[in-house]
Amino acid sequence: MQFTSMILSNAEVSPGYWRMRMTAPPEFASAAPGQFVMVRVNGAIDPLLRRPFGVFDVGVHIPAQSGAMTQPYFEMLYRVVGKGTAMLSTLHKTDLLDILGPLGKGFDLGADDEEKLIVGGGVGLAPLYLLAKELVKKSPVRLFAGGRTRDDVLCITEFERLGVECYTATEDGSLGECGLVTEALLRRLDALDGKATIYACGPHGMLNAVANIAAERGISCQVSLEGYMACGVGACLGCVAPGHKHSPETPDFRCVCTEGPVFESGELKWRD
Amino acid sequence: MKPDMTVNLAGMQLRNPVMTASGTFGYGEEFAEYVDLEKIGAFVTKGLSLKPRAGNPTPRIVETPGGMLNAIGLQNVGIDAFIQKKVPFLQSVNTPAIANFFGNTIDEYAELAGRLDQIPEVAGLEVNISCPNVKQGGIVFGTDPECAASVVKACRAVTSKPLIVKLSPNVTDVVAMAKACEDAGADCLSLINTLTGMAIDLNRRRPVLANITGGFSGPAIKPVALRMVWQVAKAVKVPIIGIGGIMNATDALEFILAGATAIQVGTASFINPGAAQQIAVEMEAWLVENGVDDIKSLIGALET
Repeated sequence: MQFTSMILSNAEVSPGYWRMRMTAPPEFASAAPGQFVMVRVNGAIDPLLRRPFGVFDVGVHIPAQSGAMTQPYFEMLYRVVGKGTAMLSTLHKTDLLDILGPLGKGFDLGADDEEKLIVGGGVGLAPLYLLAKELVKKSPVRLFAGGRTRDDVLCITEFERLGVECYTATEDGSLGECGLVTEALLRRLDALDGKATIYACGPHGMLNAVANIAAERGISCQVSLEGYMACGVGACLGCVAPGHKHSPETPDFRCVCTEGPVFESGELKWRD
Repeated sequence: MKPDMTVNLAGMQLRNPVMTASGTFGYGEEFAEYVDLEKIGAFVTKGLSLKPRAGNPTPRIVETPGGMLNAIGLQNVGIDAFIQKKVPFLQSVNTPAIANFFGNTIDEYAELAGRLDQIPEVAGLEVNISCPNVKQGGIVFGTDPECAASVVKACRAVTSKPLIVKLSPNVTDVVAMAKACEDAGADCLSLINTLTGMAIDLNRRRPVLANITGGFSGPAIKPVALRMVWQVAKAVKVPIIGIGGIMNATDALEFILAGATAIQVGTASFINPGAAQQIAVEMEAWLVENGVDDIKSLIGALET
């Protein structure tokens, strides 16, 4: 669906990372974890294209005064990387944005009787919070959050409040373990007694490592991809990712915006 | 009074002059949630080839000031899957659906034209002789008047449906191309396709697109498109569809003044999936405000 949304708050939660809360129509409450929105930053032609963002959270704001209307909202967590996101970060409460969404195929919540292992890198945590919120209702959930520095590890307290057990790792050791977050994931998998599903979103290198770990150990794994896209609705075909059968001779592309952004990791092509 | 928005495009009666451009509107169905397809004049499907095509590696698109470059590589489901999976939807919509297609050889063009001719749900054909990304096909046929004429003749021989030829702007003399296609039997000309362009990532010292070059579209190309439509309109008798950076009703009406009978909305549908319908509504409002009772009176009405 397409709607005009009013910004309720837009704040920098860590250097370079912003969290925005915006009004949504009531139907938006049914957004699945892993779905995304396409945001038109302004009505002019620069930037021209919409920008895709994962849905961080959905909820309903209940005003303090009694009798006031409740307001459904959604949140995005974004990193300022270019002109579009820089402009977004300058917007204020009551500014309006044109939104398309929720779009795409989200995470499959899977079976209840297994451990859920969520792996996020940097702003890749964005679509994983709503996922964790759903998963904790029925299963034990652990989060493995990584980043280059402590500034890149976001919103851990929010996950902890859900009852998620959180492990953090940074490449410079400024928060949690020094190194890659996949180390902690591997240790948990070694200790695991019973079944598990991995859910991951983050830099491609991290996803590649996680997908390989899952494949080696025969664990089901879903990854959420980013794609450079113009439309978000399957028309431009800009955002494709190579499928598992892909080779230059036999191309096999999957459309990130409509077939994804969440894929079973086995559906995609990874480096060994 | 409600103005008359209908136009006749090579025998197809359109309720208004607003069409969607190939490659920006999927096969129609993808946009049904955002556009009332029965409020636009016609829609053009993604370019079809005989065999399915997977397209180019990524990155395939990049934004540039006022526009975007794409090198999708003509990814499409192929004619067989089109007939099986996409045509049933076309039947459900009371709006002319035009099939865009391309081949690597003249025989392929003719085979596709012949097969599309047999599909009752396809109201007209648009021949892509101008895609800049496929060396064997587009660039050769679309930039040489004789080659273009051979393609058009071969397609003309096997179809009685309205035959639209989509022209490339990447030529020295677009009028020569237009005349060659008209003489070879085209019922209508659509222009312009994308301009060949390129973007560079300075820090990586590499081209941004995996294909290195791509097709440039969006509001930045409108002046080039207007100029070409105006030049071609003066030189040919067949109707013209104006394409190139149309974002709103003002842009669309400018193309009509320049000589276009209809227009196609392309990149704008990426930004606003409802753009085509909105443009049709706004065009009608402009006619009302300006006391114009028939859109046809504006075709080529530019005063110079």
